[in-house]
Amino acid sequence: MKRTLMILLRNPLSAFGVLLVATVVLSALLADFIAPFPEHRGAVVDFANFNRAPEWPHLMGTDLVGRDLFSRILYAYRISLLLGVVVLSIAVPIGVTIGLLAGYLGGRAEYVLMRITDVFLSIPPLVLAMSIMGVLEPTLTNGMLAVTAMWWPWYARLVYNITRGEKEEGYVLAAEVIGASRAWVMFREILPNCVPSIVTKMTLDMGFVILIASSLSFLGLGVQPPTPDLGSMVADGATYLPDSWWLTVFPGLAILIAVFGFNLVGDALRELLGAEQ
Amino acid sequence: MPALARLILWRLVTSLIVLVGVSMLIFAIARVIPGDPARIALGPNATPDQIEQLRDRLNLDEPIVVQYGIFLRDLSRGDLGTSLYTNRPVTTDIAQFLPATLELIMISGAMMILIGLPLGALSARYRDTWIDSLIRVVSLLGVSAPAFVWAVILMLLFAYFLPIFPVSGRLSEAHDIPRVTGFLLIDTLHAGNLAAFRNAAAHLVLPAFALALSGIGQAARLTRSNMIETYEKPYIEMAQSYGFPERRIARRYAFKPSLIPSLTIIGLDFAAMLGNAFLVEAVFAWPGLSRYGVEVILRKDLNAIVGTVLIISATFLIVNMIVDLALGIINPRIRHSQRSS
Repeated sequence: MKRTLMILLRNPLSAFGVLLVATVVLSALLADFIAPFPEHRGAVVDFANFNRAPEWPHLMGTDLVGRDLFSRILYAYRISLLLGVVVLSIAVPIGVTIGLLAGYLGGRAEYVLMRITDVFLSIPPLVLAMSIMGVLEPTLTNGMLAVTAMWWPWYARLVYNITRGEKEEGYVLAAEVIGASRAWVMFREILPNCVPSIVTKMTLDMGFVILIASSLSFLGLGVQPPTPDLGSMVADGATYLPDSWWLTVFPGLAILIAVFGFNLVGDALRELLGAEQ
Repeated sequence: MPALARLILWRLVTSLIVLVGVSMLIFAIARVIPGDPARIALGPNATPDQIEQLRDRLNLDEPIVVQYGIFLRDLSRGDLGTSLYTNRPVTTDIAQFLPATLELIMISGAMMILIGLPLGALSARYRDTWIDSLIRVVSLLGVSAPAFVWAVILMLLFAYFLPIFPVSGRLSEAHDIPRVTGFLLIDTLHAGNLAAFRNAAAHLVLPAFALALSGIGQAARLTRSNMIETYEKPYIEMAQSYGFPERRIARRYAFKPSLIPSLTIIGLDFAAMLGNAFLVEAVFAWPGLSRYGVEVILRKDLNAIVGTVLIISATFLIVNMIVDLALGIINPRIRHSQRSS
């Protein structure tokens, strides 16, 4: 762990990625202390200061009801990261288990499980999440549910592909010969060999979950106001282009910075751990 | 080519199975709506009588399996039901909005292939030089922002700041083009109106590029890593030791085998584009399936939701089949492996 971090910091590009990720995570955690106007995370109005261009003390300007954009972006990071962590901690175990089962058991189980996975992969991710969000009430919990539903198949695919290769390897045959149970072979022998690929994909996916979640709320199908959310901030500001550019540009850049950071780190991890794509 | 014919048949059967699965999944999602869809659709002022009528028309009182059966029966006649939002057949609505979306996606897909693949190849050939670093950072940036952020940025830069391209829409109002296919690039040419064609093309540039950016990044990244892997193969070394020109080695020996994995991913990226088109269309007021899709989802218009998602998924499956076939034709290993099995 420590060694990995040291290697990451030695390459300027991945060091920059680590810096971006650290900045995003710290701004989310310390939003209460950094934000100049912490009360602006909620339903506050300050019509005396609405729609102001960036100037002190509003580093990134104010929104249409006079809230400080910089403060709201910090709190939006908090929601985005929370969403990413929750989605991945549910989707990854589900996908990994299905991938292991399909890859190791083979036969009918393989066919059925992989066709189900194909079904989920055949609906464009955003469209699937949109339709789930559409029938449910647009709350944060349901948003997590919708994104989770579209996320597990990718891990099923990844682990399935690795498992199919690994199950012919000597160590798996050896375990089988000495009478290890199927569950033991799958979870104690094969799974550890999938970990580098899974960790790499999870790093990249932290960024992509943030991206998809912001897309949902951009369409009005995600986190609802007054909760600060990067996607809905861009959507609210889009009608005021080009004059009030700060309403869209800063939340947009905030998404870009977070996703770019996770991508840089994930990319470096992939090369370091020799993970499969 | 019987092997290829068998491949086509096999793909067709699998796709059909998957499509049936998709219809079940989306049908199930649409029917677990909390609350009464008929009441939601009719609004708070509807009388119990009207609600009962609509429930009856939508067969909502039947068990869900029967409802699905009725849905399949209608589907086989090309009937997706009536939209509660527009009060027209869902197929009519989709036929009106789909061409605009498809036109946008096709141009984006072309940009993805024509820009992404060469960028990746260039990056691999000049590995570890400044060209490589630049292309890597740019393609990573491309995948790091949702399409709507790129749409907003491109619009600010090239429609407002430097007014090169139109801000929104598909065609300026000055041009009146009879609708034949719904694809404006074709319709304008069909009408023989070159000015309108140029106008439609100009309207396409920014939305298509915003939509393509993440795909371009993805394609470039993948092509680069595949080509670098290929460069380590012994036959490249042999070609180099024979003194073949680098350009020819890059094109003929390194690029071609790397195309195969790239094409597979391009098929998947196309799926992402079908979804992301919703985001770009919203920014550029593009009159495609997006506004309709979001509207019917917000109004819980069951028939329209099921129909829209089904059509989008079918489009995706068709594209993936085409990609698979293209792979079968390009890759001798796939072409011949079917014969032996």
